[in-house]
Amino acid sequence: MARTRRRTSDPGSLPKAPTGIPGLDEITGGGLPRGRSTLVVGGPGCGKTLLAMEFLVCGTLQFKEPGVFVAFEETEAELAENVRSLGYEIGSLVENKQLVLDHVRVERSEIEETGDYDLEGLFVRLGYAIDSVGAKRVVIDTLEVLFAGLQDHAILRAELRRLFRWLKEREVTAIVTAERGPGSGMTRHGLEEYVSDCVIVLDHRVDHQVSTRRLRVVKYRGSAHGANEYPFLIDAGGLEVFPITSLGLDYPAPAGYVPSGIPELDEAFDGRGFRRGSSVFVSGTAGTGKTSVSAGFVNAACARGERCLFLSMEESADQIVRNMRSIGINLERWRKRGLLQLQSSRPTLYGLESHLATIYKAVRDFDPRIVVVDPITNLGAVGSDPDVTAAITRLLDFLKSKQITGLFTALTSNPDDPEHSEVGVSSWMDTWIQLRTLESEGKRRRGLYVIKSRGMPHSDSIHALRFTARGIRLGSFARERT
Amino acid sequence: MSDTRSARGGTAERWQLRLYVAGQTPRCLAAFANLRKICEEHLKGQYHIEVIDLLETPALARGDQILAIPTLVRKLPEPVRKIIGDLSNTEHVLVGLDVRRMG
Repeated sequence: MARTRRRTSDPGSLPKAPTGIPGLDEITGGGLPRGRSTLVVGGPGCGKTLLAMEFLVCGTLQFKEPGVFVAFEETEAELAENVRSLGYEIGSLVENKQLVLDHVRVERSEIEETGDYDLEGLFVRLGYAIDSVGAKRVVIDTLEVLFAGLQDHAILRAELRRLFRWLKEREVTAIVTAERGPGSGMTRHGLEEYVSDCVIVLDHRVDHQVSTRRLRVVKYRGSAHGANEYPFLIDAGGLEVFPITSLGLDYPAPAGYVPSGIPELDEAFDGRGFRRGSSVFVSGTAGTGKTSVSAGFVNAACARGERCLFLSMEESADQIVRNMRSIGINLERWRKRGLLQLQSSRPTLYGLESHLATIYKAVRDFDPRIVVVDPITNLGAVGSDPDVTAAITRLLDFLKSKQITGLFTALTSNPDDPEHSEVGVSSWMDTWIQLRTLESEGKRRRGLYVIKSRGMPHSDSIHALRFTARGIRLGSFARERT
Repeated sequence: MSDTRSARGGTAERWQLRLYVAGQTPRCLAAFANLRKICEEHLKGQYHIEVIDLLETPALARGDQILAIPTLVRKLPEPVRKIIGDLSNTEHVLVGLDVRRMG
């Protein structure tokens, strides 16, 4: 009885050591396997060293777990310099005996080999470093330098096997980094053979001159983990992984409504506006007023004191402020009051994933109630189509999970088929508003039509859209038509 | 070269050698025995061997960048050189210490 009970409870209770790296702990369900070694694989410049260092620094600062960093490639001074750019002062951690940096220099030209040896010296150094601060976390970066420094690979491999066993016996949570191999093997020297508990692969791709960093948990013995590739960023705040797909659909549907900024449109939506936390899709050909409708929405929200994040993929922030002033919307005052953040960037500057990652970061840092992406179709300029659709779905999920109301504009290029939206995302949107130009009696007029609105009664008619000095108004074509 | 000869047998031995071991393992004992033999044959009266057991003084491993055990470090004459292994191949040791060239 006792035996079966233990067996069933074991897998669920795998102890984990949180990394403290935003996003990574979510993907791994709480962190790296405690008391075990994790292999972090990636090409040069992928961020392996940084991830490992952050694991140690967060360990000391957040979890009171001292650490040891064994660096085969960089000197102590170089390491300290590199992480200083991320805002970490590791010098003080070393002084306070929370962190040990040990640079192990292996230079083949300086070493003559004659006869049998082992790597006990490395074990002694590591053991001494661990004992000197009571380390719970260890990083070895990058062990593979040994393959270049030592001739006898049979000895080396036997010693590496012993090293991983030894780390386990010492009950330290370790990160061992390795270079990605050029062939079929995962690492250059097959280190994955020795580390079987957890393997994380970092990737830095450049597609069409656009760079994207991704992280994937390839293996995590005894634990569920997100299997996708997750975008991650390295910036002044360190490393950050965006586990967007892990959100699922179990977010609460918030109650309440958000006025659209157009009184007559609110009327069309049961007199109240959009549902809070829903996603609104505004599509139309060029010049139909998508940005203006978005600005009207934002303007009304700021007037109620709600924070708004306006992400422009086409125009600069100042350009938008100026253009909107011409239709009587003063966005500058909201910017000055800190209620509106206008952020403008062209998606082609970054990869799609990186671009979305910057959006997540902006949302997290600014904590808005409303997010506008104008136009979301510009994301289609980078990445292939299924990528874009998947990425936008994740963005929608992310905003919903935070109960943020999102408004996304889309440029439809084909006026003959206006209901065809370029990105096949309209089906995920709760509300779909279409803007179009109509010609009647020799005049071009703007029209607004609600194609769908989930869970709400809404008007079926095409409304006349006017931008007036008093704001955006809807009228009726009915009289003119009949 | 005349300086070398005058230092012979003096307090300042020309060859300062340091042997790093970790406990009295057969391999470490063999390395020490091999080193003594080579020095007696080729550097008689000009050498000084210091044995450091890292199990007793682990802090010293860092200073000389010790990784493998046993490691022989030639502190003097400069530049510093390292030979790892049980020193069983005399030819390799002499090349590693650069004794041959020094004559």
